[in-house]
Amino acid sequence: MNTATMAYRNLLKTVHNPDQFMDVIVQPVMFMLMFGYLFGGAIAGGVHAYLPTIVPGILIQTMLSASSGSGSQIREDLDSGVFDRFKSLPMAHIAPLAGQLFGDILRLIIATITSLTTGYLMGWRPTVGFGWIIVIGLLAILTGWALSWLFALVGLLAKSAGAVQSFSLITMLVLSFMSNAFVPLKSLTKPLQVIAHLNPVTYVITAIRQILATGSWTHEALLVLGFDILIVAIFAPLTVWAYDRN
Amino acid sequence: MIYFVQGDLIKNKAQEGIAMTTVKAIEVSHLTKKFGNKTVVDDISFEVQPGEVFGLLGPNGAGKTTTLRMITTLLKADAGQVKIFGHDTVKEGRLARSMFGLTGQYASVDEGLSARQNLMIFARLNGLSRQAAKQRTTELLTEFSLEHSADKALKNFSGGMRRRLDLAVSLITRPALIFLDEPTTGLDPRTRTQMWTTIRQLVQQGSTVVLTTQYLDEADALADRLAVIDHGKVVKMGTPAELKQQVGGTKLAFTVNEQTEVAAAVKLLAAQVSGAVQQTGQQLRVSLKQLAQLTPILTALTQAKITISQLSVQEPSLDDVFMALTVGKN
Ligand SMILES: Nc1ncnc2c1ncn2[C@@H]1O[C@H](COP(=O)(O)OP(=O)(O)OP(=O)(O)O)[C@@H](O)[C@H]1O
Ligand SMILES: [Mg+2]
Repeated sequence: MNTATMAYRNLLKTVHNPDQFMDVIVQPVMFMLMFGYLFGGAIAGGVHAYLPTIVPGILIQTMLSASSGSGSQIREDLDSGVFDRFKSLPMAHIAPLAGQLFGDILRLIIATITSLTTGYLMGWRPTVGFGWIIVIGLLAILTGWALSWLFALVGLLAKSAGAVQSFSLITMLVLSFMSNAFVPLKSLTKPLQVIAHLNPVTYVITAIRQILATGSWTHEALLVLGFDILIVAIFAPLTVWAYDRN
Repeated sequence: MIYFVQGDLIKNKAQEGIAMTTVKAIEVSHLTKKFGNKTVVDDISFEVQPGEVFGLLGPNGAGKTTTLRMITTLLKADAGQVKIFGHDTVKEGRLARSMFGLTGQYASVDEGLSARQNLMIFARLNGLSRQAAKQRTTELLTEFSLEHSADKALKNFSGGMRRRLDLAVSLITRPALIFLDEPTTGLDPRTRTQMWTTIRQLVQQGSTVVLTTQYLDEADALADRLAVIDHGKVVKMGTPAELKQQVGGTKLAFTVNEQTEVAAAVKLLAAQVSGAVQQTGQQLRVSLKQLAQLTPILTALTQAKITISQLSVQEPSLDDVFMALTVGKN
């Protein structure tokens, strides 16, 4: 119950301070338009042909940046006096953290819908049924949510919200660009291919593209699902531990 | 809902506690905190009776906030024990936390929300039902004259409004015990007086208040008892009157008009007071234990036909206490 109230609080804060919607609404739209029209011709011979590549790419990139907001939000909360009050309330003291992470789910949902809708408006027409679109949406959200725990941990361990933000930005940029999000792996130089193969983001995007191409649950998709669950299983306890320490 | 019922039960328990009078509102024993190898709070012990206003007075960096944070379970103590209405804050943390409200030194309200949303959310987090939370929010907004800016973003709030909201949030559950860390720092004189009035009202309604302050007039005006803290240690404890007494009591000074009468006046004074008589030219100064000693002195002087002028009686201020007892960080 307290977790629900805390999630509601985070939501209200976002409504009061709409720049927090920037990264889940403006960013995917902007990237989709920019990348689509700038590189579509060069990479795939046209915007339309590029869309099946870029829609999953930008979807995951958006998940990365949406989930990284979790860390700086937590750090900001911890540094503000309001946290003292949360702690002195007779509630489970984990509620603020839980509220943050459940509130994140909504942001991830919004980001997913925005990314996919923008793709659709630009002419992306997946051949698989709507059910599979929901599946890739859920897989993306789960991935984003797993990363939220990781970024939350970073936020808890970091010195300042500014430090968290720059760390998040760099991580987001490196992980999304050093992958197959925007270009085919084959077009990369050898060393970059190695890095991209080590990058988990590549696997997530591949899994989503495969589902969209074949309309079936693939081995890769299962791998990603397992990986997401593993991340939550490892980082949720670590994050809670770091939170307790604060 | 469940929590609300629990809260009520807890409050009843607390009130029973008060009725028994054996239960202290707060018992702090041997509280100690080190940051690194610096002892910030050094073996502090005190008790606060129900209904009392207890002040922690000390210069910057004395350890007031740290002490308060340990009592209110925000910070783990390295050593020592705290009981709130008889409940150990470590063993029965949740129960203890339900019995007090806290207004920290730095505004602990949500900047991103409006005053009403702040009150609503904290009311819900305190276990009030939606209906009860709404009602309490309206009550508090009125009580703290915030109803006109209730839905404005806090960014546009003045320091005084913020402070009032902060206090209002602490009072949602009508706690029997309230902690205020420097409640009036940074407020203009008018807002400060308003805050004092609010605190006095709380006390009238039966609340126990613990406040920290650097302002001596504030401690003097509000506190029943004071602990003067410096470098993490309690250097003196007592009522404001007792503390002033210790610093030398009331000072009496006057000038003897005739040079020839000075010696007689000194003799006369020495007979009346226990302390030494200080003399500079024709001016004489003594410390009085009580103001009541003044009349016999003046009567004796009149009977001896010694005329005086420039009579001044100066009661000690807590400023004297502060200066005499504390060294401060710097
Ligand atoms: N988290 C911390 N880590 C290290 N030192 C700390 C920490 N918190 C407080 N201190 C130090 O402990 C000492 C006491 O601080 P505290 O805030 O309790 O003083 P205070 O009496 O409330 O002062 P003020 O009147 O300025 O609010 C200070 O010297 C401060 O620098
Ligand atoms: Mg302080």
